[in-house]
Order: sequence, then C-alpha cells, then structure tokens
Amino acid sequence: MIRLQGVEKTYRTRRGDLVPAVEGITLDIAENEFVTLVGPSGCGKSTLLKLVAGLTLVSGGTVRVRDTVVREPFPDVGIVFQHPVLLPWRTVLDNVLFSADMLGLGPEGYRQRALELLTLSGLAGFETRLPRELSGGMQQRVAICRALLPDPSLLLMDEPFGALDAMTREELGFELLRIWEARRKTILFVTHSIPEAILLADKVVVMTPGPGRIARVITIDLPRPRTVELEFDAKFKAYSDEVRGLIFASRRARGDGR
Amino acid sequence: MAASLQNLSRYVVPAATVAGAVIVWELASRVLRIPKFIMPAPSEIATEAWEWRYRFIGHSWVTLYETLGGFALSIVVGVPLATLIVYSPSMRRALYPLIVLLQAVPKIAVAPVLLLVIGYGEIPKMIVAFLVAFFPIVVDTATGLAATPPELLELSRSYRASAFKTFVKVRFPMALPFVFSGLKVAITLAVIGAVVGEFIGSDKGLGYVILSATSYWKTELAFASMILLSLIAIMLFGAVCLVERLVCPWLAPAAEE
Repeated sequence: MIRLQGVEKTYRTRRGDLVPAVEGITLDIAENEFVTLVGPSGCGKSTLLKLVAGLTLVSGGTVRVRDTVVREPFPDVGIVFQHPVLLPWRTVLDNVLFSADMLGLGPEGYRQRALELLTLSGLAGFETRLPRELSGGMQQRVAICRALLPDPSLLLMDEPFGALDAMTREELGFELLRIWEARRKTILFVTHSIPEAILLADKVVVMTPGPGRIARVITIDLPRPRTVELEFDAKFKAYSDEVRGLIFASRRARGDGR
Repeated sequence: MAASLQNLSRYVVPAATVAGAVIVWELASRVLRIPKFIMPAPSEIATEAWEWRYRFIGHSWVTLYETLGGFALSIVVGVPLATLIVYSPSMRRALYPLIVLLQAVPKIAVAPVLLLVIGYGEIPKMIVAFLVAFFPIVVDTATGLAATPPELLELSRSYRASAFKTFVKVRFPMALPFVFSGLKVAITLAVIGAVVGEFIGSDKGLGYVILSATSYWKTELAFASMILLSLIAIMLFGAVCLVERLVCPWLAPAAEE
C-alpha cells in the first residue's frame, strides 16, 4: 500500500545550511499492516510520517500510496498527534465530527458513526462534555475517534501515547489493537517506546539518527490478539534485545553512548 | 458557614475599604478646612453631581458614543489588519513598520492637527479614540492567530480544507481569547482617546466639562466628571468581559463537581 523508494528529506536551517533529516529510506508497507517506527529522538520518524501524509514533500526519491506518487495531502488519511489538539469550544461529539466537517462531508450523516466510535472507545456518556473536562487519556481517545471517523484506510500516528502515563498508555495501546482487529486498516505508528513498538506491530522499523536511516525492519512473529502476558515471552524479550542492540550500536558508533 | 464568610469578606472588605477612605477624606477636608477648589470633600462632589444630574446625561452620552465609535472602528480596522499581517509575509513587512510608527506618535500631539484638518464634531474624537485603541487589538489578534497549534494546521491541510475554512473553523476561534484581551485594553484606551479629543476642542462631553470646570475653579465639578468617566470606563470594561463570557463560554472556570 505504501512504497518508499530512496526517500530523502533535507531541511534548510536558519543559517541556510542544508541538513538531512532522513536519507535512503526504502520501505514497503502492505495493506492493513500495523507498522511501528521506533528510534531515538531526531531520527526522522515524524518527518517520515509527514512525507507519507503529503504534508511535506521529499527532497529525493519517491513516496507512493496505492501506486500514486504523493505530492499533496490526500483525504484517505487519519492523523493522530502526540497532543490531542481538540477544539476547546466543541463538545466531545463535535470534536469527533470535526474531521467530517473539514473534509466537507456534512457532519450530520456521520453522527451515528461518531457515537458508535465514542462508545467503542469507552466514552459513551461524555458526548456533550467539553475537552477540558476530560483527562489526557480520554482526550487522546477523542482525537483517535476524530481520525477514525471518515474511515480512512491509512492511519498515521505520531507518538500518540507519548504524553500519557504508563498505565493509560498500555490501556490505550490494547484499545487501539481492538479497534484495529475489528476494522483493519494500515497503521503507521511512531513511538520511542521499544515494548510498545513490539507489542503493537506486525513490523517494527528501527531507525537511527544523524541522518535518519532505517537500521533494520523486524517482522514480529507473535500471536494476535496480543496480550499483556506477551511481555514475559522469551520471543518478546529477544525482539526487544534486538531493537535495543541496534539503537545502542548506532549510539556507540556516534560516540555518545554510555 | 465558612463559604459564606469567605463571600462576605470578598465583597465586604473592599467595600469597607472604599467607604473608610471616603470618610477619612471627608473628615480631613472638614477638620483641616481645605479650600474647595484645591480638594473638594466627597459631600461637595456629590452635591455638585446631583445638581448636574440632567446635564451629565447629555455629556456622558456624547463621550460614550465617541468612545464606542472609536472602539468599533478599531475592531473593524484592527482585526482584518492583524489577519493580513499573519497570513501574508509581504503585508507584514509592509504594514508592521507603519503600525508601529502610528503607535509611536503621541496621540495627544496628533489630536490638535486632526481637529484642524477634520474640524469640530464627534468624528475627530472617534478617530483619536480609534488611534489609541487599535494597536493592542492588532497586536493581540495577530499573536492569537499566529499561536494556532501547528498540529491543527497540519490536520486541516491533510483534510484539504481551504484556508478560509481553516480560518473560520479553527484559527479565528482559537485566537478569540487573545482578541478579547486586546479588546479589554482597547476599550479603556478608547475612553482616554475620546476625552483627549474633547480636551483639544469641543463644547460637549465629559472631557469638555472637566476642562471648563477647572478654568472656573469648580474643582468639585471636575471631580464629579472624573468619577463619572471612571464609572463609564469600568462599565464598558465589564461589558467586554461579559461579551467574552458569552462568546467564549469554554474559557469560564470549570464548575466544581
């Protein structure tokens, strides 16, 4: 579904220097695959997500989604950021309907689906609340519902649980898996939590910084549905050692490892 | 019980402070026999205000609508100007120096020139009020529009919403708290602007009353007008706060559960 070929992105700094953010990225993502991008800060994970969304354009190489070269944003995409960025004056329900509204789809026809999504994510009864009356985890659930509302076939998530506490984070991860099992779509999920990356994914893309490159793509062969117990599985441990090894090897090579 | 005590102290303490100050003032002017034209006693101010009650209505009305006219003009000009500045870098480069220059010119110095050019009447006072009031509106609105979280802009772009739709549905409402903080500063400045305009040349309005009262040594009348003017400014400020509450109910402190 997504095909990145030799993708390169350079930014111009204030002083006018060109700084490469990502370089030589080649990656294939199949339809309905759950792919996580993991790596330390500054390895270009978020840049890659923006390139796929068409929010920023490549400096070299090509990004294809369903054989179409991405040159601008396209509507078949849902995006979730680290912060929920809800509209404070809209109720929970109207915040979910925001995506249909902005897509020009006529929010009325989406009401029923919005209510279903809210129920699915445990927010039934909160429809008329304002965002500030919700906890961080609940706000992020609303943001996920907003992204899912137009039923996009591609979901891009940029550290969606990064600002949450560890317990809420785990809970939301399993919830996302449950929603995804019920209605499959392609998910590209950026995180810097190694356990999270392994627990959720079909495929983990390990990235290293300076400039951002793919160190290795690891196929996760663990049974679904995933459970908390998997974290004690020997295979899980092996995957997590492998990812950690790749990340720290690159740190040592750059001389800032400890 | 504790809550009602707290409420009591919230209103009673400031009211008692003001009342105490007035009493001390009254006693001081009686005991020390301060001449009326230097420092009139509160009772003398009140008497004068009562005598002037009907004339005050007309003068207050003039100052009020000069203020509101200037304030309205500063919104109508200020908000679109801020939008232009935020959306177009070239407009920003072209307009910003002009706006800052306009703000830097002392308005009291501009007022006589304006009156000379435009003549007497309410319009030049409205323009002076506008000149002092529009700057905070432009600056705060521009700050608010520029403060939209980048994620929301990216989200709107990914939904391919037009710039206009993004402005109406996201950026402008998101900037409203900033706009209102500009409006609150502007409304009090607009009152000052209108009075400055009246000082330079007019035959009505509270600024005119103050000026003519002082030239006849009627300090108690000047004081009465000043107090009235302050009350008008407070009322207008309160009205802006009220409108803010109505327009942005989501900013109100959350109810206790």
